[in-house]
Amino acid sequence: MSGAQKIAVTVTEIVPLNELVTRFKFEPTDGSLLPTFSGGAHTVVEMKDGAITRLNPYSLMSDPMDQTAYTISVRRDDVGRGGSLFMHKRVKVGDQMTISYPVNLFSLDLRAKKHLFLAGGIGITPFMAQIKQLERTNGRWELHYATRSVALGSYVDELTTKHPNETHIYYDDQEQRIDLKNLLDGQPLGTHVYVCGPKGMIDWVRKTATDEGWPREAIHYEEFLAPKSGKPFEVKLAISNKVIQVGEDESLLEAMEREGVDAPYLCRGGACGQCETDVIDYSGTFIHRDHWLEDADHKSGKKIMPCVSRFEGKTLVLDR
Amino acid sequence: MTIQFNDETFRDDYSFHNSAWAIKRFPFPFHEDSYMYSVNMEQHRGGPAGSIYEKRFDVDEHYLSEMRDRAMVLADDPLRCQSLPHMTLAGWDLLELIMVSKSEDYPELFELHRDGNTWRWVNKPMGIDDTFTFLDEATLPYGPLEYITRQAQGDWCVLDQRDDNLWMDAGMVTTQADWSLDFDIGMNFFEWHAPVPLAHEKGIFVRALKFLLNIQQGSPARRLNWTMTVTPLLDTSPENYHKWGIQKTTLTPENIGQKQHLRVELQTFFRLPRSNALVFPIRAYLCSFQDLMTMPKWGRRLHRVIRDLPEELATYKGFIANRPMMLDYLSKFDDGLPTSDGIWPEFESEPPLKPSADS
Ligand code: HEM
Ligand code: FES
Repeated sequence: MSGAQKIAVTVTEIVPLNELVTRFKFEPTDGSLLPTFSGGAHTVVEMKDGAITRLNPYSLMSDPMDQTAYTISVRRDDVGRGGSLFMHKRVKVGDQMTISYPVNLFSLDLRAKKHLFLAGGIGITPFMAQIKQLERTNGRWELHYATRSVALGSYVDELTTKHPNETHIYYDDQEQRIDLKNLLDGQPLGTHVYVCGPKGMIDWVRKTATDEGWPREAIHYEEFLAPKSGKPFEVKLAISNKVIQVGEDESLLEAMEREGVDAPYLCRGGACGQCETDVIDYSGTFIHRDHWLEDADHKSGKKIMPCVSRFEGKTLVLDR
Repeated sequence: MTIQFNDETFRDDYSFHNSAWAIKRFPFPFHEDSYMYSVNMEQHRGGPAGSIYEKRFDVDEHYLSEMRDRAMVLADDPLRCQSLPHMTLAGWDLLELIMVSKSEDYPELFELHRDGNTWRWVNKPMGIDDTFTFLDEATLPYGPLEYITRQAQGDWCVLDQRDDNLWMDAGMVTTQADWSLDFDIGMNFFEWHAPVPLAHEKGIFVRALKFLLNIQQGSPARRLNWTMTVTPLLDTSPENYHKWGIQKTTLTPENIGQKQHLRVELQTFFRLPRSNALVFPIRAYLCSFQDLMTMPKWGRRLHRVIRDLPEELATYKGFIANRPMMLDYLSKFDDGLPTSDGIWPEFESEPPLKPSADS
């Protein structure tokens, strides 16, 4: 079986936070307790959208020790393939849904003397849970959160009210920017930096910290990629002995699942490595979008991550 | 079933013994007539009723005597239990996992009553009834890891996961096959596996680590490993090699059936929820050659496996010198008949040993 264990839940609360972001609360349908988790974990939410089943990862943002409910925040993506639109438009209070056990690919390094959090936009969500975890254990942390505008600043009020000393907010439309180099310079020895946000922000933080001499293991980042639409293509699956078509609005992984192939996965966002698949033969161009493979793997034409990457060309034969 | 706990020792007079029940459920580690290292991992989701796979943490007739032995080892050498400062949360995770599992799997032996953070833990076999505050170390006589693993059979490695590796940052290790927590503490997966022959070249550790890093909450895994021990000693540590190494020279054709033990480790892997650490329980089971030979299938197979085992493995596992004597003994239980697949003894269907076997 692929993916993490599943949990049957009921949607018990839906709170629109602003024009783009809505919060959802899930409680176990059978009245039992949910597993505790560690700050930074996500859950994969199953959405039955007609004939298509979408599985999207969302960071858990509730208190990790609260076993009665999980909450997630979903940012509406009008040009995406519909997962977030489904959550925003179709899901109602009382609906029963299936989510996965928590999976953490963005865990706190508990050796850190201090945790420096850098959030961009909806990237604030994993930090909401990490902050609650650290507050319980008297951990030291500081948050720098960049958001587009006052109107779109999800959870700004909550954070600045509860943690006025630790929270620093930057509004893009007011030309406020994180002074990253100075911020990093001023940190005590043993600080770890964590970034979650758009790709540009992650790259900027990783590069700046590396240039400033921060050790690789003290720099943590998480970016969930949503699979992107693209041209349809055909794939031959050597082990399953099938030829399948990948449609414009589905990922290669989703197409394999639709055809009943039990392909491994965990994050569905190009980060965990679980779906890594060997390429047996190809003629065409890969569109690699994952964070898992090394550049050399991308260039080799020998591997693909079907959860986010695509292909354009004549022939693609996979070892699956 | 109710378990009759043995009154026995793993030192001095070595009164350790297996009942007929324990022999029948012994985790014989060979599913075919040969053995080589492999990434032999599977889901740990129960197993046949009564088997060692059935419960999350198996409790058997050796429970009380193993816990007594552990207490003696710790009294001599407190460094057998260590936890680096950042691993305390993982210790609480482990305490919770063991208490919840044991009270659910063995309600007649263990009880857990939780009222918020006030927990009452009842361990009937050991006569323990403690009330404490979850996540408050001051309310327990030891740290959470030591407290609970003084009440749970097998060794416990608690691995921190970071930087795409696992780090041996905490553990309780008193029943190990010749390795030391004090030496390995703080090492990563490749560092502590450095002494193992052949497996690195085969890429086994790279693949095994990838598997382990992806073990998720609610989806534990398991594998078996094995070695050989002369006399039923649990604490075969490098620190005490001078005490047990010498025993390997006391084997004779007359006493080998009773003295030589196959030592099998049931290794399981659980993701811990609050800390995202991984716990690796290593539960050792011992069985004398003569008890193993009561199962015809195991007799035939053990002879073939030991005979054909690569020299590097027999050396690493420490029985190369005694292998000829073992084979003399084991060959009497191998009549050349085929064996069925799988590790289970199949004592109802497997043919008895042909009396004509050479002797
Ligand atoms: C995180 C979990 C694990 C821990 C803490 C662990 C620890 C150890 C240690 C301490 C040793 C002894 C090395 C020595 O000689 O000093 C060992 C041996 C070994 N380990 Fe692991 N191990 C783990 C997981 C695995 C896995 C998943 C495999 C899968 C193939 C594996 C394969 C082996 C093998 C083949 C040996 C040699 C054993 C023998 O021949 O008796 N280990 N391990
Ligand atoms: S499923 Fe995680 S990288 Fe593809």
